[in-house]
Amino acid sequence: MGKSKKKKSKTPEQQQYAQFEQKHEIKRPVVRNCVVAFLVGGTICVIGQAISYFYIYFFNFTEQTAGNPTVATLIFLSMLLTGFGVYDRIGQFAGAGSAVPVTGFGNAVISASIEHRTEGFVLGVGGNMFKLAGSVILFGVFSAFVVALIKTLIMKWVGV
Amino acid sequence: MLIGKQSWIFQSKPAIIATGVSGGPFEREGLLPEAFDILHDDLWMEEPSYEQAHRLLIEEAVEVALKKANLTNDDIQFIIAGDLINQITPTSFAARTLGIPYFGIFGACSTSMEGLALSAFIVNNKGANYIVTGAASHNAAAERQFRYPTEYGGQKPPTAQWTVTGAGFAIVSHSTPNQTEFPKITCATIGKVVDLGISDPFNMGGAMAPAAVDTIKTHLKDTGRKITDYDLIVTGDLGKIGYSVALDLLHGDGLNIPEEKFKDCGLLLYRDDQPVQAGASGAASSATVIYGHLLKQMKAGVYKKILCVATGALLSPLTVQQKETIPCIAHAVSIEMDS
Repeated sequence: MGKSKKKKSKTPEQQQYAQFEQKHEIKRPVVRNCVVAFLVGGTICVIGQAISYFYIYFFNFTEQTAGNPTVATLIFLSMLLTGFGVYDRIGQFAGAGSAVPVTGFGNAVISASIEHRTEGFVLGVGGNMFKLAGSVILFGVFSAFVVALIKTLIMKWVGV
Repeated sequence: MLIGKQSWIFQSKPAIIATGVSGGPFEREGLLPEAFDILHDDLWMEEPSYEQAHRLLIEEAVEVALKKANLTNDDIQFIIAGDLINQITPTSFAARTLGIPYFGIFGACSTSMEGLALSAFIVNNKGANYIVTGAASHNAAAERQFRYPTEYGGQKPPTAQWTVTGAGFAIVSHSTPNQTEFPKITCATIGKVVDLGISDPFNMGGAMAPAAVDTIKTHLKDTGRKITDYDLIVTGDLGKIGYSVALDLLHGDGLNIPEEKFKDCGLLLYRDDQPVQAGASGAASSATVIYGHLLKQMKAGVYKKILCVATGALLSPLTVQQKETIPCIAHAVSIEMDS
């Protein structure tokens, strides 16, 4: 049994309806979304920078080593906001602005954990914690590997 | 009795003798809090899970309806109901508590009118004296099954709709011709599945509109009624986009229904400043608005003859991820007041 090729093409009636329906759709406010995402994302990064300086000035961290505690602090804050039911509202307002920074990753993990608490700690929380964030980890690690591979090859052959 | 291709006429005109409607916190803040007999302050409703809260909504709505009709569970022959959750467990579990012989049905958000049509058919043919029918949905339970965890900070597009937390149930029974206080069910049209190729689960109104229009047109053709015979034609949960598409499609077919005689339950339930994007959706959208609000208005004399068209998007999270289009359905039931 071979794989049946799925027809992607729509019938003329469906194409006609798609055009007709498009006119009624409320469009995503793309410009507004971009501006808000820039501002909110920027604000989160400014807060991150401030936390980073805090660790450098008050503790024994350097610019290289302050990254880890900064990320941990941001994720902790994002988890608190998620638990108190605030982060999803920020998300609806800010879109990519609150999804792209590391706080968005924290939100994806903790929201899934909270959600599946009702199915128990092992199969519920444990099994579903990375339901959303799992693909971020997979493709994050994979793309890091590819970039490292390219860098290694270039350094070896070109000798930069 | 079958009339036309896919419609039933109920000669005995079964009556809706009582209704029970329950809801959640978001419905309390909406436009129709008076439509609900019971309103909860939070989505958990003091239950250990959203699914159990969902079950509670159904039990409460049925209990209220029974109380209003002065009946006990033993007086009821059948319960015909459904919801949106996998294997319709909230409804089945509520049927376990209620102990009433049970037909579980799934028609997504069209379940309310599917159940009402079947109930009227059974009562009309003397298959039962009393039937409880209705539909329910729970925002957080639906959200976690169909979309993302409730606290996930994803941005919903303006075409998305808000699943209603609530349950709407009605008791259908025989009527006598001189009973003028109850709304009566006179005919119903069972819809066919229509798929015009929309695959965006955040635009279900746009996907469902053609199904609603198809059922309305078939209903008029089968029964020989005209659009002007109705004081109101109300759809279940088309939302802003689906509503304007359906209105445009009807006008395009020469059915010039004025805007004030064509409404959508999904646009009646919430305030504009509530973050519901394009409007309400979910099996409870049509069930709560029709059983809680519109029937009251009929009894108050605002409407005499209405056609309720509940629309359903027959998708699952799996079919969405597999890039399938969304098949949709609509069932119409005509409810009238005898004068």
